[in-house]
Amino acid sequence: MKSIFFHLMPYRDLPADFETRYESIWVTPPNTELCDPQRVAQYYQWNLDELELADRLGFDGVGVNEHHQNGYGFMASPNLMAAALARRTPNNSAIMVLGNTLALYSPATRVAEEFAMLDVLSNGRLAAGFPVGTSMDVNFCYGVTPTQTRPRFREAEELIIKAWTQPGPFTFNGKFNQLRYVNPWPQPLQKPHPPVWLAGGGSVETWDLAARRDYTYSYLSFFGAKFAKKLMDGFWHRMAELGVDRNPFRAGFAQLICVSETDESAEKEYLEHCSYFFNKCLHIPAHFMTAPGYRTRKSAEFAIRTNQPGDLAAAAALEKNWKTLNEEGFIIAGSPATVADKLIEVAKTLRVGNLHALLQIGSMGHELTKKNLTLFAEEVIPRIRHIWDAEGWEHKWWPQGATERSASGTSIGTERSASGTSIGTDRSKAAPAASQA
Amino acid sequence: MTTEPMSAETSLPPHVTERLVPALGGRMQARVLVAGQGDPVLFLHGAGGLAWDPFLEALSAGHTVYAPEHPGAGDSDALEHLPGIWELVLFYDEVLDGLGLDEVAVVGHSFGGMVAAELAANSPRRVSRLVLLSAIGLWRDDTPIPDIAGTSPARLPELLLADPSGPLAETLTPPADDPQALFEAALRMASILHFVWPLPDKGLRERIHRVSAPTLLVWGERDALVPPVYADEFAGLLRQSEKVLIPGAGHLPQLEQPEPVRRAVLEFLGRP
Repeated sequence: MKSIFFHLMPYRDLPADFETRYESIWVTPPNTELCDPQRVAQYYQWNLDELELADRLGFDGVGVNEHHQNGYGFMASPNLMAAALARRTPNNSAIMVLGNTLALYSPATRVAEEFAMLDVLSNGRLAAGFPVGTSMDVNFCYGVTPTQTRPRFREAEELIIKAWTQPGPFTFNGKFNQLRYVNPWPQPLQKPHPPVWLAGGGSVETWDLAARRDYTYSYLSFFGAKFAKKLMDGFWHRMAELGVDRNPFRAGFAQLICVSETDESAEKEYLEHCSYFFNKCLHIPAHFMTAPGYRTRKSAEFAIRTNQPGDLAAAAALEKNWKTLNEEGFIIAGSPATVADKLIEVAKTLRVGNLHALLQIGSMGHELTKKNLTLFAEEVIPRIRHIWDAEGWEHKWWPQGATERSASGTSIGTERSASGTSIGTDRSKAAPAASQA
Repeated sequence: MTTEPMSAETSLPPHVTERLVPALGGRMQARVLVAGQGDPVLFLHGAGGLAWDPFLEALSAGHTVYAPEHPGAGDSDALEHLPGIWELVLFYDEVLDGLGLDEVAVVGHSFGGMVAAELAANSPRRVSRLVLLSAIGLWRDDTPIPDIAGTSPARLPELLLADPSGPLAETLTPPADDPQALFEAALRMASILHFVWPLPDKGLRERIHRVSAPTLLVWGERDALVPPVYADEFAGLLRQSEKVLIPGAGHLPQLEQPEPVRRAVLEFLGRP
């Protein structure tokens, strides 16, 4: 299984009474009242240091994403962060931008251009995330008409792939993007194009797109495997219906993870930060979650049939104490052995080959984050890296220029480049690295 | 009868008939409720959906009322044929052709008022009289219209009603524990937001000078969604208008204070 350190970049010092005083962490939390640029300057340094550390420690990838007007993730442009990381990740982790919210960009060739720049800058290490985007970002922050969310996404996806694969200049006559000359310089280094990673919250249309275009799909929720089970069962069921194989690398999931020396010390160190995350960072009113028209009839009916609204309400209503968070699988916490055992169980249950490990959680400070990352890399990754090896699947969605750490041996010191042939010659020499911090 | 999902009524009174009118070259159908006798009146409903309510019943006493259902509520594919307000206006123009109505009085509530004004601007010779009830379509920076989609359902009564604890309050939203009904209501809302997201200002100000119909502006005195200052805004842009403020009413004056609204509208429509 691939382990990607996924950083949300949250505000780590929200006021203690945030969730009672303010309506939402997203869209409307007043910026001048709550967001101090001086502090953010410090956070950005920490965030990038943490991501760079993950590269040195031997994570397979480092992940960033896009949100707007959001106190738990102020990374309006993940491409800026990815550009910084492309220059400062000597161990050649995959640069996973999960992703650019396609519907927001007009023309969408902007995404084709920036992703191509990142791919070239990182020497072919970009995983290109194409999320449909949340209603908060797309409809409320960027003013896209809810009923246009998916049509804009579909058209942008088509345009970007064409821009990457067809010789330019060519003409594109879309409903939302009308361009006489499409001819981005450069096209990406990876051929035919960087691997596309879809990210979603359970829309059935996204699964069909994954099957049709052979993209990998990551289910991103903060409620863990128990909650994800129905969704991922639905995903695999749909893949089977469409005649798609059961390669676990087709799928990924996000998980909050806390590693300590023992199960007991984990609670002492991490509980307050998990509480902060669930109580403050996920303080989002229902009316922002789904603007009318954001969901299609098909997806809404699937959600209703599988009782997603009920499950979400139940998850939201739970008291987020340590016992509940662990039992419900919202977090996976404890000693390295405990964490590894649970992750293996979860990965097998959901049949996923990509783990987006959320290891900086809420208010978690820089030192504790480094500890979490280090213990995870040194003690957990070696135990989970090879869980799919016996089935013999190829990871067709791993960036060609990123170091392939899991292909050989059990030690992260025996890495090799997966891509010596397809990417420039200097890449294959640059790959191995001292993986200890 | 159609097999499309019904958004509004469960059963129609026997004197109300339903007509299906082809539009867009047969790609769509408009569902139109028809009742009454006399000069024709087109009624365009707002975000709450189409229902044969006491206001329409009162109108039908002296007029033939035609009340089309706004497209896209049942089947979101319909909206793909109607990318914007311009196509929607042409859609209603075709529906009037289909109904054989060359000249008609038009009454519109809220979003329906915006469409009515656009229709009257597009086809000034077709619209003989215009009644705007709490209409959207204009924007003032000093009085922003609240975001009805970004508002908790619990706050809707205070935005829409002068008396938020009155009997109308519980009719505004489906029960919270009925996800299917909530979704159908969301689709009805979506079919309207499709034309007015993120702000209900789509250029009417540039076109409204074309309206030649005498216009009645009816506003709830306590409309917190589209405050009465918007009645003045419309009045300032229309050639010929008069304003009636309804005490004790919010954004749904025809339902919250039916009697004075009925009286004002019938008197206006009945003028020679």
